[in-house]
Amino acid sequence: MRPEEAFRTLSGDFYTRSLQPGPTEDTLILNMGPQHPSTHGVLRIVLELDGEYIVRAEPVLGYIHRMHEKMGEVKTFAQYLPNMGRVDYLHALAWNWAYVGAVEKLCGIEVSERAEYIRVITAEMNRISSHFVWWGAYLLDLGAFTPIMYAFDDREWLLDLLQIVTGSRLTYCYFRFGGVSDDVTPEFVEGTFRWCERMRSRLPMYKALVTDNIILRKRCEEIGPIDLDMARRYGATGPVLRGSGVAYDVRRAEPYSVYDRFHFEIPVGKAGGDAMDRYLVRMAEMEQSLNIIEQALRRLPPGPVMHEKAPKRLKAPKGEAYFAVEGARGKIGVHLVSDGGKNPYRVKLRAPGFSNLSLFSELAKGVLLADAVSILGSLDLVIPEIDR
Amino acid sequence: MNVLGIHIAVELIQIVVAVVAFLAFIGVNVLVLVLMERKVAGRFQRRPGPYEVGPHGSLQTLADAVKMMAKELHTPRGADKVLFWAAPIVTFAPVVVSFMPLPFGPKYLTGWEVNLGVVLILAFSSLGVFGICLAGWSSNNKWSLIGAARAVAQSVAYEIPLLLSVLAIAFQVGSLNLTEITAGQGSWPWQWNVAVQPLAFFIFVVSMLGETNRAPFDLPEAESELTAGFHTEYSGMGFGLFFMAEYAAMVVVCSVGTVLFLGGWKGPVFDGPWWFLAKVYGLLFVMMWFRWTFPRVRFDQLLNINWKWLTPLALLNLLAVAFLVKVV
Repeated sequence: MRPEEAFRTLSGDFYTRSLQPGPTEDTLILNMGPQHPSTHGVLRIVLELDGEYIVRAEPVLGYIHRMHEKMGEVKTFAQYLPNMGRVDYLHALAWNWAYVGAVEKLCGIEVSERAEYIRVITAEMNRISSHFVWWGAYLLDLGAFTPIMYAFDDREWLLDLLQIVTGSRLTYCYFRFGGVSDDVTPEFVEGTFRWCERMRSRLPMYKALVTDNIILRKRCEEIGPIDLDMARRYGATGPVLRGSGVAYDVRRAEPYSVYDRFHFEIPVGKAGGDAMDRYLVRMAEMEQSLNIIEQALRRLPPGPVMHEKAPKRLKAPKGEAYFAVEGARGKIGVHLVSDGGKNPYRVKLRAPGFSNLSLFSELAKGVLLADAVSILGSLDLVIPEIDR
Repeated sequence: MNVLGIHIAVELIQIVVAVVAFLAFIGVNVLVLVLMERKVAGRFQRRPGPYEVGPHGSLQTLADAVKMMAKELHTPRGADKVLFWAAPIVTFAPVVVSFMPLPFGPKYLTGWEVNLGVVLILAFSSLGVFGICLAGWSSNNKWSLIGAARAVAQSVAYEIPLLLSVLAIAFQVGSLNLTEITAGQGSWPWQWNVAVQPLAFFIFVVSMLGETNRAPFDLPEAESELTAGFHTEYSGMGFGLFFMAEYAAMVVVCSVGTVLFLGGWKGPVFDGPWWFLAKVYGLLFVMMWFRWTFPRVRFDQLLNINWKWLTPLALLNLLAVAFLVKVV
């Protein structure tokens, strides 16, 4: 074999070689990722390019597959709980909640009222911190380096607050079956109020500095429009769906916990929403989360943070339960099947990022490479969550 | 015959001395500029920037330079070795020549006084893209190739408004000699060409960002799209030369801007090279300011800005200037 020939057969792998040849011979097969600055983690996309225009884009998953669902089958109900913080490291508390909620539903465990409020407060704070990371990273994708530093500065305050109650800063394992592990301190309550106040002045600044920038608008508007039919076909949820004008929010559609007691709006974009709509929805959501946090803090009821009847040793009955919460990226669902043993018989995790990513292939068709980066960022993907 | 020989010898010695001096000047300036860029970026991003090496991190870039020189020069598999290593040199060398006709100060502080100084600078600065093109092609990397293709389209496009805005000044002064253009301006800001031709200055500043591949027009090396663009595969001083060429090119365009629009080495008090450097660094700071504030434009937008707005605007400006100079 001649060296050039050997080189040709050695280059590429199963995915690139099995890609069907394109309509013309002038196209280029290009691997974006798994080590690419704007795939944020280890997502790999096989691109077929015609010049800078994308003919085809096929996401390749599994580079950070950690068998979370299988782990559920070999661990007891309580042992599996810390895994939840690692599925989506940006909105760990929502996963905590989805799993804890499913177990509570399965076993009929009640949650103390104070714990419900604390869950709402911490999960909403976590949602804001997740949106901050998305915001900074998205602007980094668009070539603006500075906003991520501002976002992380604000997020730092938030993480310090969450550290007081949860004990950790990123991969939280705070919720328990029937409540939460620790009560909030006066320091936390006061600090959160002050932080909310600070955020109310920061968000308008971000709007003036970043959102209204003409270059940003030109990079986001009319990029990656998702119409209703498309969103439905792929099962898009969260800001991606709401950006297309559908006011579907699990907190409203299937109210869980005490969300029906708070007043908050569900920001939506226009029909056929583009990247800018998704951007604006997330920015507006941060404000709504602040509203919820402030309301919950004011009405925080006294009492224990664990329900008195919460079992010391969990005994799950035979049966199955499904519980869904609204995560920062969309609908997070945990489906538990129990055969009455110590471990769940089967755990199915519904990751919103997975459905949202599947939109990408269709969205990226015919756009420029730079727009594909913009679309990918606007979907707000967390790769560990997609691979699970 | 003998007189001519001596004359040529003197010129040659002068050129060699100037090139060596400018190499040293570029080296020092790049060290300072990289530190400045990192400090400016730090201030913009609410952090102190480099702080550990030397007082306030002042020796950081020196340490980085030593590190870079000590690194292995790796040639990627399948790359065209000769072209691959020629590319950084081809990019860097013309920039050094571009410094030659710049009048840094009143008398002897011009490397080589040429009557067509502006043309010389523009000619040599457009050679830089040749090296970038070679780098992208010879790297055997598709990201580099896209980066190189972008660089060529961008440089070719942005040279036109740059040239047209410079020509407007040349028309007004009636000379392409940078020393004469400086001499044509007064000491106070309202006597500078920027006051006479603000539109030309605006076009010049925008095109100078495009010409030096600086944000928001840094598409050939857009790291969130192309990893590192044309220099993805370069290690050690291969990358170092590209880096130096980029910063040196920034100094050149800012110097040209200073000479053409901001009165060169002239200032309200104490005329001299310090005014020249202060103005150059002022312009450089503006470039850094842009970089750490704006998102990156998309490639078709970049070309649209140029072909639909800057070039027609520059042409109109040139026509207006020509009309005013010749008729009025």
